[in-house]
Amino acid sequence: MADAFEVDVIDDRAHLRFRDEAAHEEPAVTLDAFLADQSNATAVRVEPGDDARALIPLLDRIALVEVSFPTFRDGRGYSVARILREAGYTGELRAEGDVLVDQIPLMRRCGFDAFAPRAAVDPVVLKRSLERYDHVYQKAADGAAPVWKLRHG
Amino acid sequence: MYKYDEYDQSIVDARVDEFRDQCRRRLSGELSEDQFKPLRLMNGLYLQLHAYMLRVAVPYGTLDSRQMRMLAHVARKYDRGYGHFTTRQNIQYNWIKLEDAADILAELATVEMHAIQTSGNCIRNISSDQFAGAAADEVTDPRPFAELLRQWSTFHPEFSYLPRKFKIAVIAADEDRAAMRLHDIGLQLLERDGVLGAKVFVGGGMGRTPMIAPEIKDFVPADQLMSYLEACLRVYNRYGRRDNIYKARIKILIHELGADKYRAEVEEEFAQVRQLGIDPPAAELARISAMFAAPAFAADDGAVADRSDPDFAVWLDQNVRAHKQPGHAIVTISLKPIGGIPGDASAEQIDVMADLAERYSFDELRVTHAQNIVLPHVRIADLKAVWEALVEAQLAEANLDLISDIIACPGLDYCALANARSIPLAQKIGQRFADLGRQRDLGELKLKISGCINACGHHHAGHIGILGVDRKGTENYQLLLGGSGAEDVSLGKITGPGFDEDGVVDAIERVTDTYVRIRETGERFVDTYRRVGMQPFKEAIYG
Amino acid sequence: MKLVTGNDLATGDVIWWTGSGWTRHIAEAGDAGDQGEAIARQEEAARRVNGPYVIEASETPDGPRPAHIKDRIRALGPTVRPDLTLKPADPNAGSWVI
Repeated sequence: MADAFEVDVIDDRAHLRFRDEAAHEEPAVTLDAFLADQSNATAVRVEPGDDARALIPLLDRIALVEVSFPTFRDGRGYSVARILREAGYTGELRAEGDVLVDQIPLMRRCGFDAFAPRAAVDPVVLKRSLERYDHVYQKAADGAAPVWKLRHG
Repeated sequence: MYKYDEYDQSIVDARVDEFRDQCRRRLSGELSEDQFKPLRLMNGLYLQLHAYMLRVAVPYGTLDSRQMRMLAHVARKYDRGYGHFTTRQNIQYNWIKLEDAADILAELATVEMHAIQTSGNCIRNISSDQFAGAAADEVTDPRPFAELLRQWSTFHPEFSYLPRKFKIAVIAADEDRAAMRLHDIGLQLLERDGVLGAKVFVGGGMGRTPMIAPEIKDFVPADQLMSYLEACLRVYNRYGRRDNIYKARIKILIHELGADKYRAEVEEEFAQVRQLGIDPPAAELARISAMFAAPAFAADDGAVADRSDPDFAVWLDQNVRAHKQPGHAIVTISLKPIGGIPGDASAEQIDVMADLAERYSFDELRVTHAQNIVLPHVRIADLKAVWEALVEAQLAEANLDLISDIIACPGLDYCALANARSIPLAQKIGQRFADLGRQRDLGELKLKISGCINACGHHHAGHIGILGVDRKGTENYQLLLGGSGAEDVSLGKITGPGFDEDGVVDAIERVTDTYVRIRETGERFVDTYRRVGMQPFKEAIYG
Repeated sequence: MKLVTGNDLATGDVIWWTGSGWTRHIAEAGDAGDQGEAIARQEEAARRVNGPYVIEASETPDGPRPAHIKDRIRALGPTVRPDLTLKPADPNAGSWVI
């Protein structure tokens, strides 16, 4: 999984970006606000308890979905990412908060392509992590061919 | 047996490299214990009472002699000469050094073994029927499905930070030898209109809130099974409780939502997920199944075991079961010697079992959830030789499914979570009922001991269950009656006030005496209990 | 008295604070007084101990005896494997735990 990324500093925080275009810098509005009266916003922040499926009819208006990870133990955001990518969302999908370097490879597989970790991530460790596994067992949102596909074509 | 190809091997090797790097970062201080803990747990490394503990996966309980010998080697080289087989068909080592952990995993990887997802809030080792491939009553061998599930669940990108741990069991017979409905997901394989598929039970479990899994789907065809499970897990990942660790298992979600609402949520998710093409093709199941093809059994030579040695005859009656192939038998090796530690085996004993498997059982062994070892394919003509070798190695206790065949968690002798010791109690009960004639008269009686509410010793599912609790700093034991983890699944009920260690042994004896007094012909203990209820036993215990 | 205990980071061994360092033998443990939490924090930060915590113990002629059975088992070893405890030659070692 060769996977190039850049490090940008935005508001004193290192952002890891796996996208070509520049970061979407419009502040994200809450999902409730977006659904209620700010539907001209183009950036939405999704909290762990939010129902990401509510965004699906409106995805073509959104350039950034920021998924919040208040603690690294809370894995709901992984499903948010899968659901949005499965629904065809192609904009920036950013994991923000308590995101650990060892989690980023799995998050990449779920469809995240930008990261704003609260604590700095060592780019050397991250690069090694991203390159470590040559093969994966499942089909997910990253397009990597699962081993059953490699075995049987 | 499943054999790794280059892909499987590269994934397991990469995991060793990853864990080596994680251990290095912890030892150098780059990672705090808070950050390292979930990483080490995801690889089965705990910090227990006396040292680190490493839990090594035995996928669906199946292993060969080469792997078994490696387990003995690890016990000798990195531990203190023994290992503990667990109720999830795995093995644990109690005296591991963090600085050795990566080397151990590297050695295990050379025989296609690992510790991946033997802990953590992820999908754990898939468990299955220890008689798979040997039992006459199975619809199909469940292990190819278990292997498909192993691959699907390994480093699943979406389900590695679930609300809580997640255990899946697969069986393929009506007789349930794997406590299937006490798992987060239980799959019973069956055939419908010529199509292989699974009945799906979700939301079972033990722990502090025991529940029997309700049926969520009566049939999912094999070629949609991964999609269906992905939907089951996604609903859990999204809606399972994360505010309270004691309410985070899927059983609580299903209990709170109701099975119907959960089923509807899964169906909605399944409608999306099944279009994603995540199910492996039939050719993959065929590839795996071919590796589980029946061994080249010898033709039935009409051999009959010579019963002239009475000790051998008792062992035959108690520990040997019919095989689907005429001329063969299934041997269960008891790891429950009277006065011993349930599930423990020395490196020398592990080597003996490996040798016997290689010589007499087509190189196959199984670990059972009752913490015993199975030689699944032994020729009847070889049974005497196997038994003699087991006697020599002190592995010939003829007590399978009897009162001294006790499931016990490590308890407070080893476990940081325990409230009371389990092992000394198992030893005392074994000694009280040491007379094999008396045990056989009592018949099938499954006794299970947990040293805390987490129920690793399956106390809820024991015909007789014991739960150790901490009562103001002293060990105290509650007694439960009437549980079962088999196809007649049920949850035990507490008899009343708890006992000290000797008191609970006395209470068990009053229970068994009562059973002997009131049983009807052919009734097992649990049948009598179900017929008469708690009252006669309660009167006998508390007077 | 108060003791500080934890596990050695690299080996996992149970260790006890002596007053100036760490020992595997509880008989050599020292009273931490009201400094227990501070010692735990400082020693963990220096990676000389993993998961340290402060316990209550009583002083006896044979040395400190933890108030809770769990820490007495930690101090000695598994009661069901006397051969693997820190006092394998002492037949009465197990009774100290109970």
